[in-house]
Amino acid sequence: MLLKRLCEENGVSGNEEAVRDLIYEELRRYADEVHISSIGNMIALKKGRSSEKRVMVAAHMDEVGFIISGFTDQGYLKFKKVGGIDTRVLISKKVTVGPQKIKGVIGMKAIHLQKKEERENVPEVQTLFIDIGAKNKEDAQNMVQLGDYAAFDTEFSAFGDGKYKGKALDDRAGCAVMLDLIKDTYEYDTYFCFTVQEEVGLRGAQVAANAVKPDIALVLETTTCSDVHGTEPHEYATQLGKGVVVTFMDMRTIMPAELVDWLYRAAKEAQIPVQYKNTTMGGNDAGAIHVAGHGVRTAALSIPCRYLHAPAGVIAESDMEAMKNLAALFLRRINEVI
Amino acid sequence: MEELLKELSDLRGISGFEYRIADEIEKRFRMYTDDVHRDALGSVIACKKSSDPHALKLMIEAHMDEIGLMVKDIDENGFITFVNIGGVDPRILPAAEVIIHGTRDIPGIIGAKPPHLQGAEESKKSVKINDMAIDTGYSRDAIADIVSIGDSITLAQSAGVLANRRFSGKTLDDRAGIAVLLEVLRNIDFDPALELYFVAAVQEEVGLRGAKTAAYSIAPDAAIAIDVCHGVTPDNAENAFEIGSGTVISIGPNITPAFQKQLVDTAQRHNIRYALDVDGGDTGTDAWAIQVAREGVPTTLLSIPLKYMHTSVETIDIADAEATAALILEFIKDFGREEEGFCC
Amino acid sequence: MELLEQLTQTDGVSGREKHICGVISNEILPYVDEVYTDALGNLIAHKKGTGKKILFAAHMDEIGVIVTFIDDNGFLRFSNVGGLYREHLLYRKVRFENGVIGVIGSEEHNKEHKLSKLYIDIGANSREEAEQTVSIGDTAAFIGDLRQINNKVISKALDDRIGCYALIQAAREVQRKNDLYFCFTVQEEVGLRGAKTVAHDIEPDFAVAVDVTDTGDTPKAPEMAVGLGKGAAVKVMDRSVLCDVQVRTALVALAKKQGIPYQLEVMTDGGTDAGALSLTRSGIKTGGISIPCRYVHSPAEMVDLEDVHHAVQLIRAFAAQ
Repeated sequence: MLLKRLCEENGVSGNEEAVRDLIYEELRRYADEVHISSIGNMIALKKGRSSEKRVMVAAHMDEVGFIISGFTDQGYLKFKKVGGIDTRVLISKKVTVGPQKIKGVIGMKAIHLQKKEERENVPEVQTLFIDIGAKNKEDAQNMVQLGDYAAFDTEFSAFGDGKYKGKALDDRAGCAVMLDLIKDTYEYDTYFCFTVQEEVGLRGAQVAANAVKPDIALVLETTTCSDVHGTEPHEYATQLGKGVVVTFMDMRTIMPAELVDWLYRAAKEAQIPVQYKNTTMGGNDAGAIHVAGHGVRTAALSIPCRYLHAPAGVIAESDMEAMKNLAALFLRRINEVI
Repeated sequence: MEELLKELSDLRGISGFEYRIADEIEKRFRMYTDDVHRDALGSVIACKKSSDPHALKLMIEAHMDEIGLMVKDIDENGFITFVNIGGVDPRILPAAEVIIHGTRDIPGIIGAKPPHLQGAEESKKSVKINDMAIDTGYSRDAIADIVSIGDSITLAQSAGVLANRRFSGKTLDDRAGIAVLLEVLRNIDFDPALELYFVAAVQEEVGLRGAKTAAYSIAPDAAIAIDVCHGVTPDNAENAFEIGSGTVISIGPNITPAFQKQLVDTAQRHNIRYALDVDGGDTGTDAWAIQVAREGVPTTLLSIPLKYMHTSVETIDIADAEATAALILEFIKDFGREEEGFCC
Repeated sequence: MELLEQLTQTDGVSGREKHICGVISNEILPYVDEVYTDALGNLIAHKKGTGKKILFAAHMDEIGVIVTFIDDNGFLRFSNVGGLYREHLLYRKVRFENGVIGVIGSEEHNKEHKLSKLYIDIGANSREEAEQTVSIGDTAAFIGDLRQINNKVISKALDDRIGCYALIQAAREVQRKNDLYFCFTVQEEVGLRGAKTVAHDIEPDFAVAVDVTDTGDTPKAPEMAVGLGKGAAVKVMDRSVLCDVQVRTALVALAKKQGIPYQLEVMTDGGTDAGALSLTRSGIKTGGISIPCRYVHSPAEMVDLEDVHHAVQLIRAFAAQ
């Protein structure tokens, strides 16, 4: 399954090459031109019936993870976070390090050995380390290089009732949807942008938008979903299985009202399950795209994802399907919105 | 290099007020090339052309601004209150000597409430910038003729050599980088295979502003940013390098990996001392702004380890600055001989 | 006063500037050669000239709230649009684009009022009833009438409709010489976003942001040299910008020469469109003319009409230079 392969490949921000190669193999049959930029974005052009306007669709390839920043004399790896990860989810998790995907674990001293305040407080990330089983520093350096990236080691699988669990669903799920959309032909030249470095500041999308100079843009993302135990309905943000998410505003973007309305109405009319994001928290590539150049009207659709930026997220297959359908509708009826 | 470092470190130009020192820096660039201009924000840009009209453009950049203070108001007794420009550590300010750049430069001393007037609790805490004021010895009327709101203020300290070619100054961040630019430029006595742009950028300390617009206007094919990184001190070894480790080559999302490897190869080939630094995202340097200019720029970062950053006694090992200059110079010399362009 | 009434009382929360844009467009049209909007909704009024290309910017958006959720009983949950003082929100009245009025209540009392514990009551009895007039994603502005007190006015949204007012007044009688762009920007309050794109195509030689500035002249105010009634403020810096020295000295020299009262502004909190303008493309020489304003981001912001008058004079002088 494509999504499984996408999620199980590692592509921490700044090191998206393996994921990009995988995606390239999938899209080369459908794209008319493929361009890889210096920062690592892959921009696939699907020629339209007309070249009068340019449409940009974007999803990011990168995921949150770690970068190896040093070695202890005993052969443990010191690391830094890449992107926003809650330190509390790190302890006792499996990771893979470097291009060889060396297996490692993030350890910590046993609870018996911790002082009271240590138990009660979140440890500083600098005190954590990755254990790859090396005997000493030299042994570790034979397996891992300084600056190698590490990602969570999580098997992708079907989960419960019509759901998937895995790492990096944010935003490989969006990439997977784009790989479906590119098979079709649309009115205008459509640039499918697989961006890098979203998790460290929407940096790939910024330069991609500068290169494409689109007339309109659509971002395909995953978004926070906290419909879990202990939260009240108005704090859910989104709900799993309730459909594709239309964002009207987040920390980085206020989406044009007429695009938000169009998407929500079009979904309802076509009986595609749809929901609003009930919070303005978060941000995605739209934040960089809409202020690029002289400005780009930009909308965003998302798949609700529980436990974002953690070793294992959960999405619903039906939400992904809904995003695919609504995004396709948007591209097929682009003349109503452009 | 000592003399150059001393002269550059002693120049006084805080962020937004680089015009005070730009002439001096421009003059030094002009010793080696006639093609020098200033952009709209005030960055000084010197170009060294190649005889090859199709040569790729390499931008080599350091920032010329320094952190400092600015006049906020003058009170009824002539004391000058101030705000910080850039990340000044308030703990270095009490009793520091400063220079206020009014209609003419005048010296001042930063005062605060004396210890015997402070309560026991108060004296345990650092003094806040809002609670300090500069004494110039002038009356309110006299000072108002010389100083006005918005004037810049710099720390008075001047630079000097310590033991073992270690060098201390108020603004080695990042005049040491400017010194590297000049050192490289001085040694371009050959026809380079690259079109070289040497940039002394403004306003790094307040948000990487000058590098952003300079990278836009030059639109380089690749860029090397030069800045300082933390040196190991008795109180900290985290995210720090021993001074004397050589030039520090960065790795991470901010850095284009193939270009960075070219620099490492160059260092190894020419026996130039280097160390590697890893950053998970924002390097906090101009490299971060340059990388996303226009459609993206392949970017690397070289740093000189520096102790006591953002104080008036910033300290480096001169050998590290020399290693940085040597690496850039050798990279330029080797360029195009073995590799086809920038491997990025 | 009629124009100021219209400018301050027409709502235009960031991202929803359509109505206020229409008002300003109608007002400035007679004084310029062309008026148009861009992809983000910025309004650009161009008065052609053969001299230098100068861009003046005032932002037309205001802070407000946006509906994120409607509960079964018809209460609305919301997020902030722009910087709000949470502790001041309780029992404030808000107005939606369609005129629906609401009041802000809290789940908790005598607490710090976290945004997630606040709600808007529009008097609806159920979700269905609420949804007939308000939907998720709708914005509302704070209510705050325009009143004159002596030579001062209070109102909501003087930040930055007073700047818009100043630009319209300046455009009215400005000398035709330089190539002038009066830009009314969107989304300043959420991160200088409109200004970022507006200068991209215009590429002016100089830019001047016209906005409000904090003052230091109220009891126990944080120390700041700017005061109400002391003249137009010439910006030295704020958190987003260190103004171009050439522009700043030109403004000061003009004020001195023409006898326009002025004061120098060093603002350590908050940024303005000047920041975004100055960093456009290869950089733009940018300055700021500010109107001192007390109680910024409240429903009763206060400015002195004399300061406004002086700001208009200074804008005209710079435009004609």
